[in-house]
Amino acid sequence: MLLQRILLGLLTLFAITLIIFLGVSMLPGDAAEAILGQAATPETVAALRKQLGLDLPAHTRYLTWLGNILQGDFGVSIGNGREINEVLGTRLYNTIFLAAFAACIAVPLAVILGILAALYRNSFYDRSVNIVTLSSISTPEFFVAYILLLLVSVKAGWLPSLSNVRVDTTFAEHLEKTLLPALVLTLVSMAHMMRMTRAALINLLSNAYIEMATLKGLKRFRVIIHHALPNAWAPIVNVIVLNLAYLIVGVIVVEVVFVYPGLGQYLVDAVQRRDMPVVQACCLIFAATYVLLNLIADVLSILTNPRLLHPK
Amino acid sequence: MRLITADKISLSADRLSRAYQLLTEAPLSAKFGIIVIAVYIFVALFAPWVAPFGESEIVGRKFQPWDDQFFLGTDHLGRDMLTRIVFGARNTVGIALLTTILAFVLGGVLGILAAVVGGWVDQLLSRIVDVFMAIPALIFAMLLLSIFGTSIVNLIVIMSVIDATRIFRIARAVSMNVVVMDYIEAARVRGEKLPWIIVQEILPNISAPLAAEFGLRFCFVFLTISALSFLGLGIQPPIADWGSMVRQTAVLITFDDYTPLIPAAAIALLTVAVNFVIDWFLHKTSGLKDEH
Repeated sequence: MLLQRILLGLLTLFAITLIIFLGVSMLPGDAAEAILGQAATPETVAALRKQLGLDLPAHTRYLTWLGNILQGDFGVSIGNGREINEVLGTRLYNTIFLAAFAACIAVPLAVILGILAALYRNSFYDRSVNIVTLSSISTPEFFVAYILLLLVSVKAGWLPSLSNVRVDTTFAEHLEKTLLPALVLTLVSMAHMMRMTRAALINLLSNAYIEMATLKGLKRFRVIIHHALPNAWAPIVNVIVLNLAYLIVGVIVVEVVFVYPGLGQYLVDAVQRRDMPVVQACCLIFAATYVLLNLIADVLSILTNPRLLHPK
Repeated sequence: MRLITADKISLSADRLSRAYQLLTEAPLSAKFGIIVIAVYIFVALFAPWVAPFGESEIVGRKFQPWDDQFFLGTDHLGRDMLTRIVFGARNTVGIALLTTILAFVLGGVLGILAAVVGGWVDQLLSRIVDVFMAIPALIFAMLLLSIFGTSIVNLIVIMSVIDATRIFRIARAVSMNVVVMDYIEAARVRGEKLPWIIVQEILPNISAPLAAEFGLRFCFVFLTISALSFLGLGIQPPIADWGSMVRQTAVLITFDDYTPLIPAAAIALLTVAVNFVIDWFLHKTSGLKDEH
């Protein structure tokens, strides 16, 4: 079961590299023409093609491309002719920094609020949480981002409205500048985690052993924390990891709003300029992270559930 | 003959009164949702009559503040914001709706087909969909848009193909439950053709879950297209569109101006309204109660 799931994940990753590579090689024209632009003559194009290895058959190019990526070499940007690696490292670090920061705030908050909603089910608190989460799930990220930006940074002036971090920014400064984007990500990702935490707990509360615990006179708080929660961890952990995957994607819009130099901004710029090597690199990283986090979620839920670990 | 028409009229009147009764019994959130959706539909249909100016008409200076002439001010080119928002209802919602319908036709047909035919067709389609769904929709859309170029036709086709994979899953799953029923077997045995079985036997039985799914998918498509437009990769100027309007007027926010929030709020309000209605619809059709 476990091995099967891991193999399936690796197979998916392989299929994704194929899609990304084949999609780009379907393009009319190639990198050689794009680099030379107006100055292209048939001879120079042919020469550059040979130099870039574009005259080789598709499967050879795919294997070379994949091999290079596995060694951490993403190729050269068409836009400015620089190595993608030079930029990619800091960009990736910035994005992971932001996503991790948001996760540190969102995960504990969502779990606690979700437990409270299950604890006071059908109360006023629970109903208002339900409406607020339903609304925030269906709200575009940039709406939340601009509202917070207006309130926190323009009106109150507490935090900077731009997250322009550089290489020499200190850790504390980095934290301060990414607090606002991290809060936005928290707000948009928390709702789902909270709803799932609540649903997982309520699902368990209908079990006979919970009724037994209630009937023998235990306090409601104790029933939930000691009897229901241990069994609910598996689905909750699953939801948390899935939401981290969502964070990695949701980060794109937020980065653009706050002009944060992360991977998402890099991807958006590259798509606009149709800088295909950069698009390939960024899409691959985003998609691979997403697949890996999904894989981890499934592996964790198999590991925490003995019934799945030892199938009959 | 007359009798039949009289019968029909009383039947439709009966339906109307039942629908009316259903609406009055709806919870407050669902009523709110229905009213909001009705207003959006009205504005989208009658945009040229509702809007004070033409869609891309330049009527004033850049970024004029809110006043009597320009109710919500003007944008970065001097076009009236209110007019752009009214036309946005037609363009943004229309494009999202068209995309969802295309996705439903594609995903629905393939999903039902996979369930009915089974075997290698089902295996092949399901594995392809698995791989497509492993890539996040926004990233996949960006990859495809950079390959095929950003245009409205490309946007609609790309988004409907991506979304069709999600609908395929649902359509396949719900029709799987129907395909094993005896009446399908009976239809097969008496020699009905595949299209007849799909239209007459399967579709009526999976329409309720698919209808709810349509609302959810519409919200998802609408939000994704808006996000793409906001990033400058979706609906392109000069077409009035809410996502790109937010981006174009975003600088105003640092001057304590609410203008960029209005198109964003228009997006949020519609999705919230649709979600409220679906919530109620699901509650009604599933017969589930949250009291246990």
